[in-house]
Amino acid sequence: MEIIKQKYNPVAFSKALTQFFETMAGLSLFSIKFFQNVFVPPYEFGEVKKHMDELGVKTMPIVTVTGFIIGLVLTMQSQPVLARFGAESFLPSMVSLSVVRELGPVITALIFAGRVSSGIGAELGSMRVTEQIDAMEVSAINPYRFLVVTRILACTLILPILTLYVDFLSVVGAFLAIVLSMGMNFDLYVNEVFSSLQFSDIIPGIAKTFFFGFIVGAVGSYKGYTASNGTVGVGKASTSSVVTASLLILLVDMVLVKVTVWLWPSY
Amino acid sequence: MAELLTLEVKNLKKSFEDLIVLDDVSLKLKEGENLVVFGKSGSGKSVLLKCIVGLMYPESGKIFFEGKSVLDISLDELNEIRKQIGFLFQGSALYDSMTVRENLEFPLIRNFKFSSKEREEKVKSVLEKVSLEDAMDKMPAELSGGMKKRIALARTIITEPKLILYDEPTTGLDPITAKEISQLIVDLQEDLNVTSLVVTHDLICAQIVADHAIVLKDGKIRYEGDMKQLTTTDDVFLKNFFSNEILEAEREN
Repeated sequence: MEIIKQKYNPVAFSKALTQFFETMAGLSLFSIKFFQNVFVPPYEFGEVKKHMDELGVKTMPIVTVTGFIIGLVLTMQSQPVLARFGAESFLPSMVSLSVVRELGPVITALIFAGRVSSGIGAELGSMRVTEQIDAMEVSAINPYRFLVVTRILACTLILPILTLYVDFLSVVGAFLAIVLSMGMNFDLYVNEVFSSLQFSDIIPGIAKTFFFGFIVGAVGSYKGYTASNGTVGVGKASTSSVVTASLLILLVDMVLVKVTVWLWPSY
Repeated sequence: MAELLTLEVKNLKKSFEDLIVLDDVSLKLKEGENLVVFGKSGSGKSVLLKCIVGLMYPESGKIFFEGKSVLDISLDELNEIRKQIGFLFQGSALYDSMTVRENLEFPLIRNFKFSSKEREEKVKSVLEKVSLEDAMDKMPAELSGGMKKRIALARTIITEPKLILYDEPTTGLDPITAKEISQLIVDLQEDLNVTSLVVTHDLICAQIVADHAIVLKDGKIRYEGDMKQLTTTDDVFLKNFFSNEILEAEREN
């Protein structure tokens, strides 16, 4: 009983809850600032391109492996189940639909959050505690526009591209598993995949990755930009960026799936 | 004829919750003058500098740069004033992800309309002034503490500011490098006719740089006057405060 009492500490719980709502409020205001700044010149296209290059290259190896394995494992797991119901022929359609609609976007976004959000949090956090952001501000340069807008924009634009890449690799991985287990030929597989996939499956799946990319960029930037307490603060910014971004991706995904079904009942 | 003031601070008050950091601080800085502000750690020296450039906002008081108020103005107006003020940070605050050249060009590209050739010339010229011409393509991580300070100083002067604020310019440097940096501040001041406000603990630096000095204690100005009187004063607090530094300075001399 004593242990339960110690674990359930109402004061600590209310403090954590307050902190969560404070973070959400701060993050919302921080994101609003993005829209106030993104269309205002000077435009930092060079910086956006540089960040897209860096983020894309950084994440490419891990999403390559993940994408291929998702398709492969999903097929290996699903094949015996479908075989039990005599529905093995639906395997290419099922795997491609699962990957394109849900698994590809969400898993890519979660990996992207782990790889990129923490990096942005640490980088901006370190710039904050070493007064580099203050140095920009006193030089009459808007640090938010130069550091934050460019990063959020780069994340928002690069994640859909990475997701398409992961979707493609998953379908390739699934083909390998199907060839090994069922001996299906390539033409039949491609035919099965493309006859089941429609634009209404691909578009919402990719569209939501713009939101996920925005979340990754905004959370990482917010945590880094508002970091304090020296190197400890930088570490915290980095870790909490991943946790918050991952949580928000899953929550927003739930909302977006509901919205998609509501807008297109046939989805 | 009224004296031309570059900076005027009137009755500035700043606190963090219950802790009063600046309490009714006033100072005047004439064009071309070098003022040194002393004080113990936490006495509000850096806060004073940050209030002047609008990084912090005081509870009350006024700050004027060349007669124009720095407070209660729009961000665009504040940025126009910031373009005329240089700030040397305690930790140099060089941008880690940029080379020395990019660090120096950064404010020029964004705030001024120089051609790439003019920028190149300016970069070379300021690097020459701080005797680091060879460091142009190095990253900040490849530089020593003293070199970083010099590059930060070069970045500060490249925009030709009218007023430079130095936040502990010699902290963390060995005595020889600290002396070199202090001498460099004086040389630049003479060269560019710039006005300087230097916050420091370093008496040797102050003796090289200062025209006059201010000492802050508990957020208030405890002493204001010239450097010589400061080191020969009978005030117990000032005697205690400077005892070690005076001995060290005498040894150095």
